[in-house]
Amino acid sequence: MQKNIILAGVGGQGILSMAFCICNAALKKGLDFKQSEVHGMSQRGGAVESHVRFSSDPIRSDIIPRGKADVVLSIEPLEVLRYVHFLSPEGVLVVSTVPYENIPNYPPTEFLLDKISVFRRHVLIDSGRLAKLAGSPHCGNMVMLGAAASDIEMEVSAFDKFVTMLFGKKSQRVVDTNLKALRLGVVVAELFRKHAEEGMETRKVLQAIEEVSDDSLLEQAEKLLPAGQDA
Amino acid sequence: MKTDVLMGDEAIALAALHAGITGAFSYPGTPATEIQETVAERWRRDARGEVAAAWSANEKVAYEEALGMSYAGKRSIVAMKHVGLNVAADPFMNSALTGAHGGLVVVVADDPGMHSSQNEQDSRYFAEFAQLPFFEPSSQQEAYDITFGAFEESERLGLPVLIRVVTRLAHSRANVKVREEAIEQPDLGRYKDQRDWTLIPANARRRNKRLTELGGTLLQLAEESPYNKLELSGKRGIICCGIARNYVAECLGDDHDWSVLKIVQYPIPAGKVRKLVDHCDEILVVEDGYPFIESRLNGVVGLGGKKVKGRLTGDLPRTGELNPDWVRAGLGMDALAAPEPAGELAGRPPQLCKGCPHIDFYNALNSVMEPHRGKIVFADIGCYTLGVLPPYEAIESCVDMGASIGMARGAAVAGVHPSCCVIGDSTFAHSGITPLIGAALDDTNMTVFIVDNSTVAMTGAQETMISGDDVVSVVRGVGVKPEHVRTINPLARHHEENVKVIREEVEHKGLSVIISRRPCIKIR
Repeated sequence: MQKNIILAGVGGQGILSMAFCICNAALKKGLDFKQSEVHGMSQRGGAVESHVRFSSDPIRSDIIPRGKADVVLSIEPLEVLRYVHFLSPEGVLVVSTVPYENIPNYPPTEFLLDKISVFRRHVLIDSGRLAKLAGSPHCGNMVMLGAAASDIEMEVSAFDKFVTMLFGKKSQRVVDTNLKALRLGVVVAELFRKHAEEGMETRKVLQAIEEVSDDSLLEQAEKLLPAGQDA
Repeated sequence: MKTDVLMGDEAIALAALHAGITGAFSYPGTPATEIQETVAERWRRDARGEVAAAWSANEKVAYEEALGMSYAGKRSIVAMKHVGLNVAADPFMNSALTGAHGGLVVVVADDPGMHSSQNEQDSRYFAEFAQLPFFEPSSQQEAYDITFGAFEESERLGLPVLIRVVTRLAHSRANVKVREEAIEQPDLGRYKDQRDWTLIPANARRRNKRLTELGGTLLQLAEESPYNKLELSGKRGIICCGIARNYVAECLGDDHDWSVLKIVQYPIPAGKVRKLVDHCDEILVVEDGYPFIESRLNGVVGLGGKKVKGRLTGDLPRTGELNPDWVRAGLGMDALAAPEPAGELAGRPPQLCKGCPHIDFYNALNSVMEPHRGKIVFADIGCYTLGVLPPYEAIESCVDMGASIGMARGAAVAGVHPSCCVIGDSTFAHSGITPLIGAALDDTNMTVFIVDNSTVAMTGAQETMISGDDVVSVVRGVGVKPEHVRTINPLARHHEENVKVIREEVEHKGLSVIISRRPCIKIR
């Protein structure tokens, strides 16, 4: 098996934490992996990108070739568009709808949603709402990771240990928030896919999900937590 | 053996620790910074004894410190980005003649595509220029293995050994098999002949002769290297080196009939190249960097009867970072099915953080500079270089470390007024003090702005060496008149008084130094 994932976002949004979880989960499964990222200027609010590849065979290139990306996973709706030309024929865009507007000429969100909806396989997630629901505005990255988990054939539980490694130094509460964020991503992504498969149009899907209550989402997410964790 | 998840930089650092180094020397510079940071972070856990791992003021100093350690019979590593080797070029070139005693490994991280550099110069030229053995690992595993072995090789040959990596490898993680623990470095005793290290002409000629005569040995080692692999098959050939090997392998897969020569250890293994060339009708040369091998293959008059393709023929783009899609096209393979790019998108370039002291400084500077049509504001390398972009557009140059002060002086002597320069605290320590000496001696009509944010910010907030009151002491120490050494606090609420100070000093017809001091918001 092989999965190629391009992670995208803006410097500071936590892409590297996502990459950390994926790589270590792959390592634990005995898979070969490579993960590349570019440092330096990206710390200054610029676009960031990371290529994550894992496979049961040895991986050659650190960079994902055009036409081979199984998933472009983006915490930001403008950033995803920079990498759509890497998508494989069956590839999927998993994208947050929350804009990060730190440039004067940021395009209207409608324009971005239109461009994303053109792609046959796409999942749009209001990571802002879900992060808040999980308990912190900073865990949007983990929401997105959860949303993409099934596309990269990983159970979210595979990431739990590494989430603890990342945030354990801060507090158990921060760890729990991020574990919940992962599950909220799973739940909403599944909802999105289900509606999309039934033929519902993208904006209608987003609206339908918007109308699901916070309580209902939390309840479904909590069912996926490992035993012993709760609200 | 155990396994560890390591970036190329981390693999190099760990290998150096495992080889028993006594010291690591470096100056921050993407993509090499993590090498020194990893040594500093891991030596207590992964080394046998103490390892010195502080930052040096600049790459020349770092190299000289490593050289001194080498003379003392101890192993050391010195790491820098590609343009850092320009700074360290003097000791680097001459260390090839003095040679090494304790193993000395020089790691240079190139930046094809200029992700965060002024150019994409290829350090292989420098290593060849110095006539030293050098390596270009193609994977994180090779980076570890080669670095570990390089110290012993350096001692055996009595020469520094250079390892070249590129950004993509330096910052890419993979699973690496590493040793369980560090070895003890050998006890080499005192160096036998001080004349070898004292390069007055009589000694230098002798050492130069030695170096040139070692060329044959170095070539032999490259020919026999297990890292240089030749696999002959069909008549179409490929020479690929370093990380380029991965892109070739990615495109070709396991089932193909290309003849492939992989080069990792230099000098270029001429014998292996000859075998490939004799066997093939055409050769594609795939390199992440300048067409170093390709141009040597062509020589001056080209390879008669053979077709050589690569970055010089347009089969691969001449500039920019290599990637598997370019290689695929260069191999003449059909592109994989993929969507069209999304078209023109708003760029998101790096910018100064909200609350950055440089913003308030530039606002004040711009207020003063606005009416001065004849002004030039030179600048240097750091976060403050972003001041060239809108909405500030406050600075007009960035060439190399410490250039701003000398350039401002040159322009001032040519009659430019106001002639100003902006330099950070770390850049100032790196190479800004030296040009200030001449300006002070001459009382040149220019204004130097030292933007002191107490850190080396752009590369990830490493510790700076001279900050705060020490900057003032140094500036006065080189002879700038005390009444023209001023300090301002770059905050919006001090805008008016800062503008007043800047205006006074800009209008003063002599040397002024204004220190704009407020800590970087990332280090609080």
